Parts: sequence; structure tokens; C-alpha cells
Amino acid sequence: MVNLNIDFNGLKLKNPVLTASGTFGYGLEFEDFVDLSRLGGFIVKGTTLLHREGNPYPRMAETAAGMLNAVGLQNKGVKVFCDDIYPKIEHLNTNIFVNVSGSTVDDYVATAEMINELTNIPAIELNISCPNVKEGGMAFGTSCASAEEVVKAVRQVYKKHLMVKLSPNVTDIVSIAQAVENQGADSVSLVNTFLGMAIDAKTRKPKLSTITGGLSGSAIKPIALRMVWQVAKAVKIPVCGLGGIMTAEDAIEFFLAGASCIQVGTANFIEPDATIKILEGIEYYCKKYGVKDINELIGSLRS
Amino acid sequence: MNKQTCDFEVVYNISLSDDYFLLKLLAEDELPNISPAQFVEVRIDGAPNTFLRRPISVHDVNYEKNTISLLVRIAGEGTAKLSQINKGDLLNLVFPLGNSFSMPDNDNILLVGGGCGVAPMLYTAKYFMNFGFSPTFLLGYKDKESILRSDKFAKYGNVFYTTEDGSFGETGNVLDHSLLNSDKIHFDKIYACGPQPMLKALGNLAIEKNITCEVSLENLMACGIGACLCCVQDTIDGHKCVCTDGPVFNVKKLVW
Repeated sequence: MVNLNIDFNGLKLKNPVLTASGTFGYGLEFEDFVDLSRLGGFIVKGTTLLHREGNPYPRMAETAAGMLNAVGLQNKGVKVFCDDIYPKIEHLNTNIFVNVSGSTVDDYVATAEMINELTNIPAIELNISCPNVKEGGMAFGTSCASAEEVVKAVRQVYKKHLMVKLSPNVTDIVSIAQAVENQGADSVSLVNTFLGMAIDAKTRKPKLSTITGGLSGSAIKPIALRMVWQVAKAVKIPVCGLGGIMTAEDAIEFFLAGASCIQVGTANFIEPDATIKILEGIEYYCKKYGVKDINELIGSLRS
Repeated sequence: MNKQTCDFEVVYNISLSDDYFLLKLLAEDELPNISPAQFVEVRIDGAPNTFLRRPISVHDVNYEKNTISLLVRIAGEGTAKLSQINKGDLLNLVFPLGNSFSMPDNDNILLVGGGCGVAPMLYTAKYFMNFGFSPTFLLGYKDKESILRSDKFAKYGNVFYTTEDGSFGETGNVLDHSLLNSDKIHFDKIYACGPQPMLKALGNLAIEKNITCEVSLENLMACGIGACLCCVQDTIDGHKCVCTDGPVFNVKKLVW
């Protein structure tokens, strides 16, 4: 038997496989394909204080080994989440993180306060890195001062596990990670999507209604992996790694680079049961290489 | 809710023209019930720039033989790669996806297809026929050479054609056909699939004449199961996912 249990800074995960926000809906969309109770956890769609319609269509462009999206945090707002969606998922035997986003510090705080009241939500993922909303979002995650401000304010009202999702669209992701650690974040997740762009050469028009969008998928994995490695060395809190993880081997690479757990994102769009395949693949890898405890792998990069 | 991922074996791959090919796929397990206008997401292997699955409507289903047919237009690298698949190869599908056309109330139904939009109309007609309804088809093509599977469509109802160059049927697009231009249109319900300008014009005509009209949309899509929120369509109820709230929408709901 391989031990896959992770103590994620006090949060007990039955295994290190989680899902990335915005790629797994509210979990329910995947029930035909995945036994949700097998997951270490899942992170629900980005939730804001008020309802958001998101950006106009077209919101997606396929790129080489990846895709751009410009969804723009379409969601029904935190009240609808608490009243209508939470009752449908609260019984699930896994860790549900709510991804919280906002346009102002007050928005973040008000949303986090409401999520704090939900008994069976043990954690939030504070999204200071969405590239697809004009106001707020990524703006909070691209300077140490604004990242500190929002994490400090949310930390005061949110009493459970606070994970902060970092933007890769910065000069020095390590300094941002250290800044949020200093303000009391329990963990960091990285990376969110990379700001990118696609143009239709025939029509000479942008492929996205917003012109720019967030790049995800295999294409970003090497950069995400490098950032996880840099951050994991520089902070004491655990790191949740994501960015282009399509296979179990990809996940293993993130563990070796220092991630304590991982999120499967865009892979869910191509293989709806990608999480389970990756989980089984991790277990297979451990057996094959004589790894008795997944924790042995974390940060064990040989050089 | 009975969506699944499944490997199908290619029974045949027939080229119908430069742009279209027909795949017949055999399922190992018993097929679930598939409704008209539902679609599959096909995984394309071995095409370097094709990262996502391709949503393709169900063209035909044979429950006795456990087969699904897909009528596919070569639209880009992904479908070009798919057109090269061989008999005996495996093809991975996520299916059945989306809502469906509603059941007719009587025989006064018109199925309209433009170009690639003819694909779901064959199975739609077959499905309706099983419930005792006999549809009329109105199919629009570029020219006579582009017409797809005319014998097959003729098995399920009267077929009227338009071609843009007038080489077969009436001249113009489906909106120009006399069936839709008499003072008294005798259809109670129109079902349509095709290019969006065609659907929009048809929808406006239907609203004007007080005919129920349902259209099947084909917005760009990633997941096909309502998770990515990329394929949204503007409706009077806000953004709706074409993959799960659609692909079929009553034209009265659409903001376009």
C-alpha cells in the first residue's frame, strides 16, 4: 500500500489530486465520469460577491498544445452559491475549496465571510490572479503591496484554510508568494493562466472578444513547473502546483519540484475522468519505484 | 444523466466529397438512448495543433447494430486528421451530449439544414418517424455536386432543395425557397441547423409568421459538459452554455 495522504498545513487530503477552479464546475458536472469522493479535493468555479455574466462570446481559442480563455468569472454570486449550490455538494466526501474573487478588497472580504459560515467548506482559494476581468482580479496579484492588502483583510475574517492563487504574469513570483505568506496565508497555489492572445490571420481580427485571455494546457507546463520550484524553495507554507498537468508523470514532476498537491485543470476538458487516471497513475508510479509514501517525493528533486 | 467516455471501432470512413466524409462507428457496449440534435465530442489523436476534442452532431444511430454515424465537414486541421482515420481504428468519444429538439405535435414539421447543418436532420427525422411523425426536409447547398446523401434523406420524408447556383432545386438559400415564401405556410414547427446568419433569418421569419422554431447552434466549445463556460450564447435569460443548455434553443429565447 502506498500512502497518498497529505497534511496540507493542517488540511487533511486523502490524496494530492485536486481540480483547478473554472475547469470542474461545481463537481456535479463530472459525476457521470468521476467518483468525486476519490479526489483529494476540488476547487469550485470562481465566486464573486455579486452575479457576473462574464465576457461576451467568443471566449475561447485553441492554441498549439493549449487554449486561451476569456470567460471572465461568469458566476451567479456567492449568495446563490451558499443557498442553491452548496446544499447539493456539501455531503460529498472530499475537500471542497471555494475559489473567491473580487473587484475590491471589500468584495473579497464580504465573500470570504459568507463562505466561512459553510460548515463543509474547509478552505478557500483566494483568486488574486484572474487575467480576464478588467477591474481587480489579477491586479491584486501583480504587486506585493496589493497582494498583502487583500490577503491581510481576508485573513481577519476567514478562519479556515486560506490558499492564495498566484498569477504567473509578474516579474518575481517568489516575492509575491513571500508577501502572502507573511500575511497569514496557509498555502499558495500556482500558477493561474498566462496572459496571451490569438489572432485570425484571415480576418485580421482577434479570436477572443476581449482580445487577450488566459493560456492554459500542456504549453504552459515547463514555466509553471519552474515557478513552483522557485516558490517552494522560498516559502515555508505548502504549495499546490498546477499548470498544464495532463498525465500522472506531469503530476510527479510537480511533486519533485516541491508541490505538496496538484490541481488538474484543462485536462478535464479533454478527458473528463483525467483526475482519476492521474490519481491511479501516481499510485502506479509509487509502486513501480518503491515509493511507500507520496510525501517522500515532495521537493525531492535530485541535482 | 448518462454521459460516458467510450472507444468506438471505425466500421467505415467514406469520403463523400472534397469537404465531407461519413464515419460509421461501432460501440462495444450497448448504446444509451440518443436524442435528436445531441452531439459527441471526438478526441483527435496525432494532430499537433489540435488540443481539444471536436464537437460533432449525431447523423444516424442504429441500435440493433450498435452503431453511430457522423457526417463531418473538413473545417480545419482536426477534422482533416479525422478524415484520414481507417476502418478498424479506435475513436474515443464523450457522449451523448446536449439537449434535444422537442417532439412534434403533428406532421406539419419542417426540418431545415444548410450545408453541414443537414447532418443532425437525418437522425432527427428517423427519431420522429419512430413516433409516427413524417417530416418535410428543406436542405440548402452550394451546388448540385455538394448535395449529401440524398437517397438516405428521401427515406424519411419529402425533400426539397435549394442550391446557390440553381443547379438543383430552387435557386438561392433555404430562405428563398417557395415553401417559406407562400402567403400561407402550413408548418407548425420548424427545426433547423446551419450557418448562424441562415438560422437567424429563419428564426425571424418564424417569429413573424408565428411558427415555433428551434435551432441547433454550433458555438466554439471546449469541454462539452458545461464546465468551461466557453460556448455561451446570449439569451433573454443571460449567457447559456450551448453544450448543456443547448445546442437546441427556441429562437424566441435567443439574443443575436
